[in-house]
Amino acid sequence: MKPQAFAYERAESVDQAVAALVEHGDEAKVLAGGQSLLPMMNFRLARPEVLIDIGGISDLRGWSLSQDTVTIRSLTRHCDIQNSDVPGPLGALLRYAAGLVGHLPIRIRGTFGGSLAHSDPSSEWCMMATLLDARMHVMGPSGARVIDARDFFLTVFTPAIEFDEVLTHIELPALGSNYRVNLKEFARRAGDFAIVAVMSAIEVRDNVITDARLCAGGVSDRALRLVQAEAALIGQAPTPETFAQAASLASQEVDPNGDLHGSKEFRQDLVKALTKRSLAGSLT
Amino acid sequence: MSSPRESITLNVNGSNYDIDVEPRRSLADALREDCHLTGTRLGCEHGVCGACTVLMNDEPVRACLVLAVQAQGQAVRTVEGLSVGSEPLHPVQQAFWEHHALQCGFCTAGFLMLATSIVESDNVPTDQELTDVLASNLCRCTGYQNIKKAVCSAIEATRK
Amino acid sequence: MRSWVGRRLPRLEDPTILRGLGNYVADVAVDAKLFATFIRSPIAAGKLKQASAPEGVQCYFARDIIAQPIRPVLNRPDYVAVEMPILAFDDIRFAGEPIAVVLASTQAESEDLAELVDFDIDVLAPVLDTQSASASGTRPVHDVDFPSDVNVVINSNIKTPNFDEVFAAADVVVEVEVISHRQSAMPLETRGSVASFDPRTGRTTLTTSTQMPHIVQLGICESLGIPVSELRVIAPDVGGAFGGKMSLAREDVALVALARKLRTSIAWIETRSENFLSSWHSREQVYRVEGAFKDGYLTALKADILADVGAYSCYPVTFGVEPLMAMAELPGPYNFAEYSVRSRAVITNKCPIAPYRGVSRPVQTLAMERLIETAALKMNMDPWELRDRNLIHEFPYRSPSGLVVDPGSYRESLRLAKKLSNVEEFRDRQAKAREQGIWIGMGISSFSERTGYGTPAFAARGMGITPGFERVSMTMDSSGGVELRIGASPHGQGLTTALAQLVADQLKIDPGDIRVIHGDTDSTPFGWGTFASRSMVICGGATQLAANDMRDQLLNIAGAMLEISPRDLILEDGEVRVVGSPVSVPIAEIARTAYLSSHLLPEGSAGLYSTGEYDPAGTFSDACHVVEVEVDIETGGVEIVKYLVVEDAGILINPAIVDGQIHGGVAQGIANALYEELVYDSQGNLLSTTFLDYLPPTMAEIPHIDIHHLETHTDASLTGAKGVGEGGTIGAPAAILNAITDALSPFGISINEMPATPSRLRDKIRTAQEVMQ
Repeated sequence: MKPQAFAYERAESVDQAVAALVEHGDEAKVLAGGQSLLPMMNFRLARPEVLIDIGGISDLRGWSLSQDTVTIRSLTRHCDIQNSDVPGPLGALLRYAAGLVGHLPIRIRGTFGGSLAHSDPSSEWCMMATLLDARMHVMGPSGARVIDARDFFLTVFTPAIEFDEVLTHIELPALGSNYRVNLKEFARRAGDFAIVAVMSAIEVRDNVITDARLCAGGVSDRALRLVQAEAALIGQAPTPETFAQAASLASQEVDPNGDLHGSKEFRQDLVKALTKRSLAGSLT
Repeated sequence: MSSPRESITLNVNGSNYDIDVEPRRSLADALREDCHLTGTRLGCEHGVCGACTVLMNDEPVRACLVLAVQAQGQAVRTVEGLSVGSEPLHPVQQAFWEHHALQCGFCTAGFLMLATSIVESDNVPTDQELTDVLASNLCRCTGYQNIKKAVCSAIEATRK
Repeated sequence: MRSWVGRRLPRLEDPTILRGLGNYVADVAVDAKLFATFIRSPIAAGKLKQASAPEGVQCYFARDIIAQPIRPVLNRPDYVAVEMPILAFDDIRFAGEPIAVVLASTQAESEDLAELVDFDIDVLAPVLDTQSASASGTRPVHDVDFPSDVNVVINSNIKTPNFDEVFAAADVVVEVEVISHRQSAMPLETRGSVASFDPRTGRTTLTTSTQMPHIVQLGICESLGIPVSELRVIAPDVGGAFGGKMSLAREDVALVALARKLRTSIAWIETRSENFLSSWHSREQVYRVEGAFKDGYLTALKADILADVGAYSCYPVTFGVEPLMAMAELPGPYNFAEYSVRSRAVITNKCPIAPYRGVSRPVQTLAMERLIETAALKMNMDPWELRDRNLIHEFPYRSPSGLVVDPGSYRESLRLAKKLSNVEEFRDRQAKAREQGIWIGMGISSFSERTGYGTPAFAARGMGITPGFERVSMTMDSSGGVELRIGASPHGQGLTTALAQLVADQLKIDPGDIRVIHGDTDSTPFGWGTFASRSMVICGGATQLAANDMRDQLLNIAGAMLEISPRDLILEDGEVRVVGSPVSVPIAEIARTAYLSSHLLPEGSAGLYSTGEYDPAGTFSDACHVVEVEVDIETGGVEIVKYLVVEDAGILINPAIVDGQIHGGVAQGIANALYEELVYDSQGNLLSTTFLDYLPPTMAEIPHIDIHHLETHTDASLTGAKGVGEGGTIGAPAAILNAITDALSPFGISINEMPATPSRLRDKIRTAQEVMQ
């Protein structure tokens, strides 16, 4: 089970990576941590002719906080996020979600940006980007541009990054202390991609929900905001009844496909259960 | 079909190996076939089973999901480095022996390296944390009970 | 001195493996000249129209390999023999079947070149399920005569004389249908082989990851039409097997044929996906059982067993292995006289089945244990009590299918398990938990595990090749070191250590001074290999006989040396001592004399060699498992909270090894019960070909397993040891599904299908909730 042969180039900077991508066209692929790309290549489901290894670009590691925005650079590893001290509810959500990404050896190699660029619809980071309307910064031959999360995930394994662009960093809103955040996943085994996952962030002021964000993974070709359930939460008190009602709506607004891990109805059941639990729980 | 080979130096268990590999060569294959260190095993080649776990800069990684060319300049450690020649078994190996933590032995190298990373870390893991990390690798023979017992005992032995 | 048997001796095998010095087939493959990639059919059923490779690609098709198809035989009228060609050349019978093999100087290159091979298949509608497979008018999977319905290749019956009368006299009849989906033995090391031709001798050596090297040798030589002496088979360190490596691989025949033809060495290391696609499957079975009860006693059992055995028959045990074992052993640990059973195997366009740890017994135990639970509910009886009064308790016991069961502790293990389970405390806790919306349940499973059976048992099945006996040969060298050569072929069981413990006790030496040689047809006596929980019983018995003989030889030679009757001598602490006297002679000196001063000894006593052969009828281990689960009714998730095993495996040679077998067996039983399933789509393509879709559990899913032993002494095993390799797997699914059913009892749901996946459980719960609303 060996990958198809390819040429390998190391990029020392983002500019070099972009230049290499321009040179090789869409036969080239960017290699970050490789924890998603390399298995696909071993199965020969991905067959790039050139790999541009950006792993050595140290500028692309780490995170920073400025006013109300947390910026995570794309090569920040899952394990670094798990051990990070990003403050507030966002930090809690990042750390918790990072701990659910695969197993430790995967978290040690895999990167935040790599996962987003891979665009698996049940990935924790794709859900978080969708949940919080992240802003994805990419660099291409004609300079930098920003892609909003809602425009970023086109379908399974297909981000809106052009072949000659590199994802450099991601901006997430630093959630205020009134936010309650949570993530609930259902997987058959520890470390597996969730069959269904629900991530939530609700802002509660004076016992009234003033902002509600819900995102489900594993129910569509991309992570999906549960807009009807969100709408039903706004203006309500954060009670079990409110949450149960939102959960019912959530399970009705998704239209998942069945597969060998479960039927459509099963996934809807999971959306309901996990939405309720995610809203009821709080990581902060 | 093959692509130009790259000349690289792998640092494994403190020794340098100058090897020529195709870029598609995984670290696991390079260790086994180019460095002749066959103690690292391949169970799935898609990053799930963990039989190929080695340490890179003292952190556990799947050697089937690292290219040999990516490992250039990194310090790689394999099962062969735990105890060399007639040296006594490493405490983790000793604990696996005493607690019957292996049967067919195919997952053993991967578990030993994973366990070594735990034993060498500064934190003493809780039971839950230990399970979380050891759940990274698959074993088909032991039912895991003795592996966990062995790792707990190795942690204790090295803290004394 | 304390005996070695019974000690938790750390295994002699381990230091080598722990240092990374194990020698598995992939390590031998590193030095091969050529690497093989098998091209496999992507189509489940069809006709291969043409196949060709571009110039320069070293590709071999069926026409290039001169070999007879593999055609295993059972001598019974209901068995339909079918042929498995080495490479498919006309009919394609399952997706994954090999069509061609490409050789190149590296593995990567052979995979590259394999993509260039062109072939054309006229697709036929695949036969995929047992119901439609045997319906009249269905296309036969093989063009052979079927004595009963089309595609039915085993159709066996047993009916005891008074069945109808007793069944009719029942006051309660309970019916249960259980379903098991396809599963894979899934050793962590896939299959793999290196065939290496030696131009010096003209012989070929096949190093292969197998459980039965002598049978691989036999099967390949039969197919190639060459004398057995032309092939040496070596089983190196084997990375697990669980039954998955005890059938002749057509790939191995092809490798040997090509290595001979090209006078070279060729390696094939199966990929994980290949292992799922084309290594053997198992356990796709349906059981419909009806139990007749009178006054709370099971009096008669009626059963209909149907196994989907895939496209071909495995060599040597055949595709009769699941249905025939099921038919013979379904009555299990229960005491009743009347039995009527029909057991059938149906061929389909799916991967062939072969044994996997427990074979049919995990499913047949599920059938019986669900029957007992369902009956207890219906008769309003305590299920512990219902088991207790129906378990066998007088020995030897003759089962309604004719098996003779040696002494065990069926009731005792149940009673101890009950005591350890604090049933009343649990029921209290369960009631309180339910009030808080927490659904916990307790499940029981009582079963027997037939182990260590020799030729009589296999002959009863009508096997054309009749496995069973084991032989060992023992040598003590001139310095007193013992070498034991065995026909069994351990692959992780720790047999080397356990046998050394047996020998050490007989010869009063250290187990570390005993070398056990196995897994090489050139240097071991013919033997059937390691499978069916047999090696400790059969090879252990043979070893004991050889060691006894060796002990007698040592005493005789010492007697000659000391000019004293052997009757006045004993072996102790590495020397022969004269009873009641300080005179002694070290074993090493006896050995030296036997070889180097044999002129001093009576004629015929030069050297120290002995052999042992053992061919027992078999013995039964027994156990009771008790499981506590928590079911998340909203997600269908199941967590195993507690797992208790009370096991009687006779005398424990090495309790650490026995516990390890139980831990691992239960873990696989949990996998079978909850996680693992091979899923085909409607076109016969296997969907679960990776570890993302086929789900062996991790440490996080396997609970602590609490083990208690009972040790019944039996005459059915020379050493007193009973086999224990499969029990864990056999008992777990029934205990777990009973526990889930108990947890969900307010919903009135029966969980009779394995694996009991979250999706399946949710479907059941959802339906029940809709009815209740």
